Amino acid sequence: MRELVVISGKGGTGKTSLTAAFAALSRNSVLCDADVDAADLHLLMNPETVTCTDFKAGNEAIIDKTLCTECGMCRELCCFGAISQEYVVDTIACEGCGVCVDFCPVKAIEFPVKTCGEWYRSDTRFGPMVHARLGIAEENSGRLVSLVRQEARDYAEKNGHDLIITDGPPGVGCPVIASLGGATAVCIVTEPTVSGLHDMERVIRLAAHFKVPGMVIINKYDLNPDMAKNIECLACERNITVLGRIPFDPGFTKAMVQGKTIVEYNPSSTLTDTVKTMWQAIITSPVMNARGIMDFSQSIKS
Amino acid sequence: MLISVASGKGGTGKTTVSTNLAYALGKRAVILDCDVEEPNAHLFLNPEFEETENVTTKVPVVDMARCTLCRKCADICRFRAIAVAGKTVLVFPELCHSCGGCFRVCEPGALSEGLRELGDVEKGVSGDLGFVKGTLRVGEAMSPPLIKKVRTYHDLSRINIIDAPPGTSCPVIAAMRGTDFVLMVTEPTPFGLHDLKLAVGAVRILGIPHGLVINRSDMGDDKVRDYAKAEYIPVLMEIPFDRRIAECYSRGGLIAAMVPEWKESFMELFQKIQSQVLS
Repeated sequence: MRELVVISGKGGTGKTSLTAAFAALSRNSVLCDADVDAADLHLLMNPETVTCTDFKAGNEAIIDKTLCTECGMCRELCCFGAISQEYVVDTIACEGCGVCVDFCPVKAIEFPVKTCGEWYRSDTRFGPMVHARLGIAEENSGRLVSLVRQEARDYAEKNGHDLIITDGPPGVGCPVIASLGGATAVCIVTEPTVSGLHDMERVIRLAAHFKVPGMVIINKYDLNPDMAKNIECLACERNITVLGRIPFDPGFTKAMVQGKTIVEYNPSSTLTDTVKTMWQAIITSPVMNARGIMDFSQSIKS
Repeated sequence: MLISVASGKGGTGKTTVSTNLAYALGKRAVILDCDVEEPNAHLFLNPEFEETENVTTKVPVVDMARCTLCRKCADICRFRAIAVAGKTVLVFPELCHSCGGCFRVCEPGALSEGLRELGDVEKGVSGDLGFVKGTLRVGEAMSPPLIKKVRTYHDLSRINIIDAPPGTSCPVIAAMRGTDFVLMVTEPTPFGLHDLKLAVGAVRILGIPHGLVINRSDMGDDKVRDYAKAEYIPVLMEIPFDRRIAECYSRGGLIAAMVPEWKESFMELFQKIQSQVLS
């Protein structure tokens, strides 16, 4: 099973627009939206939900006022300042460590499992899709990312798909770490700005830490061709394939407004041709096709 | 006063707005870069840093000579950061939330405090403007404790501008919580609107007054404006798409420094925020 994860470091560089275009160009792939915190891929994919499942993760302390003696033990032990003077748990501050639950002398604290969001298995015009919605102001985004990636993998294996295309989250924190482990390769979408370069450098270090090979696309390159060169230099230094440059093009926004991928919105444009060439380069790249040690004994005998 | 600048969607112009606003206010302000996963404000304000604090969190270290393999530490840890395997205890410091539970239950006193590095906080100045920046160590997953640390550097005698991370989950909450006003920066596109709705949801849970900046306001459609109107969210500023602005940003420039009219616009933005906070 191969999985391409599209990341960027900096937000708003065009990850989701390009992931959607790749989905339109690929065959026999499963789409996965790992940006569970602010998922947008479904706005271009218009998925029809097949199954919807609650995402339960972690627990939340609730103080039973009828049992509580207000001894102060929980307030003293909570490292997150989550229990008020009135003995009410602040659900946003509570990290679900359960220390108060275990040490409450009168067992007045309940600790139910939390529902932090939901995940979906859907069908789209480009094939199956696994995506999720994390509840607003919730924790456990990393766990939900791991869950959608695992579900995408299971679905792909069971149904004979050999490729997963994953739209990753911005940044380098918890959800990005969860979207990198075990990926075949990352495609970094960046832009030629001081922040694009800075953030790409950090996400490259993260990908290197997880030993995931990388490729890079420079979007809106003509806003600053010199900076685009700096990005190519950095890519070269870090053994990252430069897949190419995309000019700034309002077509991406226009396609988005219509709920389409750029490939559908303007099928015969040079922009679409550029994206197609990039997708060919990704799918035929050595990193996407190195399968590791195989058993060729049968074919060698004959 | 504490003003947080947030967005939901990444790349809508949070840093553009927070750096230009801070620049326009000058010595009256401090900017706190709480986008610790990818801090960028320094690229535009070129601060001189005067001090650096290494930020760590406490994690358990096991002394096997004292450990009785009672498993109480592994049982209390909800984050699976300690496991007992055969005759040894394994600690996974990267999973630890530093809740202190294991230290409490360890009767033989076999646990001592180790440290996991979260990142660092740098403090300095950009001209007269105060500047604080948090940087998450690459490979570290938990940003909220570092964001909270950056926030402790605020200066309540000045206007504190907090550049928040994108998204709507715990890192953004850590950056916005307890601020007097949330300035939300969006773009008038389907992605911008979708993520703005999530961000508004988060701000409303926290009960903080808020207003909107629409960036690249002439691209996309009118649905963000319709939404703002329907939800009674004031639109405090609109920044049209201008290739010169995008090019200025790409080089690390500030439009408020280049064009005096923009500096005035950001001053007006601040006055609007101030009247929103006071009303």
